[in-house]
Amino acid sequence: MAMREKIEQAAARYPDQRSAIMPALLIAQREHGHLPGPVLEEVADILGVERIWVYELATFYTLFHTEPVGKFHLQLCDNVSCMLRRSEDLLTHLENVLGIKKGGTTGDGLFTLSTVECLGACEMAPVMQVGDDYHGNLDIERIDALLARLRAMVPHAAGADLAAVEPPGE
Amino acid sequence: MYEPVLLKNVNVQDGHLLSTYEAGGGYRGLHKALKEHTPDEIIDLVKRSNLRGRGGAGFPTGMKWSFVPKRADKPKYLCCNADEGEPGTFKDRIVMERDPHQLVEGMAISAYAIGAEVAYVYIRGEYVLAIRRLEQAIAEAKAKGYLGTGILGSDFNFVVHVHCGAGAYICGEETAMLDSLEGKRAQPRLKPPFPAVAGLYASPTVINNVETLVCVPHIVARGPDWFRGIGPEKSPGPKLYCVSGQVRMPGLYELPMGIPLRELVEDHAGGPPAGRKIKAVIPGGVSAPVIPEPGLDVGMDFDSLAAAGTMLGSAGVIVVDDTTCMVKVATRIIEFFHHESCGKCTPCREGLNWVVKVLRRIEAGEGAPGDMEQLDMLCKGIFGNTFCALGDGAAMGLRASLAHFREEFVAHIEERKCPFH
Repeated sequence: MAMREKIEQAAARYPDQRSAIMPALLIAQREHGHLPGPVLEEVADILGVERIWVYELATFYTLFHTEPVGKFHLQLCDNVSCMLRRSEDLLTHLENVLGIKKGGTTGDGLFTLSTVECLGACEMAPVMQVGDDYHGNLDIERIDALLARLRAMVPHAAGADLAAVEPPGE
Repeated sequence: MYEPVLLKNVNVQDGHLLSTYEAGGGYRGLHKALKEHTPDEIIDLVKRSNLRGRGGAGFPTGMKWSFVPKRADKPKYLCCNADEGEPGTFKDRIVMERDPHQLVEGMAISAYAIGAEVAYVYIRGEYVLAIRRLEQAIAEAKAKGYLGTGILGSDFNFVVHVHCGAGAYICGEETAMLDSLEGKRAQPRLKPPFPAVAGLYASPTVINNVETLVCVPHIVARGPDWFRGIGPEKSPGPKLYCVSGQVRMPGLYELPMGIPLRELVEDHAGGPPAGRKIKAVIPGGVSAPVIPEPGLDVGMDFDSLAAAGTMLGSAGVIVVDDTTCMVKVATRIIEFFHHESCGKCTPCREGLNWVVKVLRRIEAGEGAPGDMEQLDMLCKGIFGNTFCALGDGAAMGLRASLAHFREEFVAHIEERKCPFH
């Protein structure tokens, strides 16, 4: 189904098209990977709402990215319950093995590393979200195994058409 | 021994499917509600059960429902608060992932009671599996006639839509959630008017937490006396407790409301890791003031915890052991509130920014004389002066940390380092 059709279908759930902006942005981000200006404008045009309303939401909510992120966005929770179970050690390890700092993206465009506020999965702390999936009870060995699995999904990362590879859970 | 009701299906294979839910007696409450009770009778049942909202505030649910005008020119809405952003809290996610029909049934009965034909589940966008399972449950329920037009042969029509949030803690505040649902930045609204009178699209709206709504089918099926027979009289019923942090068996526990915090942490969740001692427990998510270990003999219910100077909140119980620096914990909590401040009011937006800077300085061993007084002053300036409870939650939590663990803050300043490193 085309993006426009998906957005129009989502918008039918609301008596006011403005309510559909957030669902539309989630659909658009899934489609494009992030939300550059032209995509925000397209969303506004499809819904027939003010463009500024769309910009307002895209820049307020943390799940929306107006800048590109890597194919695999590693979102490590470092809120209290994860912190108490040593998520900071995992962050240091991830920074070392990926060669990037928090907030950065690897040169091959594969990984973006972020820390996030509570993921609501404190029973399996420390936890990280990658794409749609939660990975819990993490330690350094599990992190390494996860990175290896993700890399294996993109066999020739350096020259591959990364846009053609779906993140895990898709 | 207490037998779980709300979590009955969560560890059952295919607990998320309609067939499993029905096999365990699911949708019996909806049948009974529609065939044996008027909407007013359902509200009365819930009032008699003394169900208090499980989202944090503990407001009586039946009373909240009774505020909805009987006659209204506009459609009435039911909103389920499934945003669950309070650190330490994960109960609603597990219910929606593993037993979503319980929520669908609870919403259908609740909507019948208040006269709503449309509901939105505002669920945090990170909860992808819960979203999928809930959407699947809604489709199954619709196909079976539990949702849609003329439900179970009655004249009750009801649809449920899932609305995904996008990562803003403030959406857990009910009026900010309504703004978000209307496609705006999530910022709290001035009350009154309260949502029951003018909520979503300025229509009468009831907003209930997931856990509150999943209590409803059981109250209808088993009766209010059954519900009142569990836990303390003023806040009865089954309760979901989320236990995390430095404890041997973190997890979701269903036990009676009012169970002693010490019993929950030490007996059910296994206590601290070997060789360590419990230092403190945050009983209700990071908004709830911390309790030092000697205070753990308190009942986990709204009134007992309020009397102990803290609150039940989301029942997100976070255990801290004696190897942990309380300045670090306090700093991380305030960093969270600072990050999540919606920016609407100055005491929260600017005050928390200031508090974070002072705390980070102290934690790094760069605290200055007068920092403690400054933190006290900032708490005073924030508490009671913010537009919504986010600032209050931050200030209350910090005040408790400063009161109970003041010597750790002072040690950081005097020794010019963290004593735990």
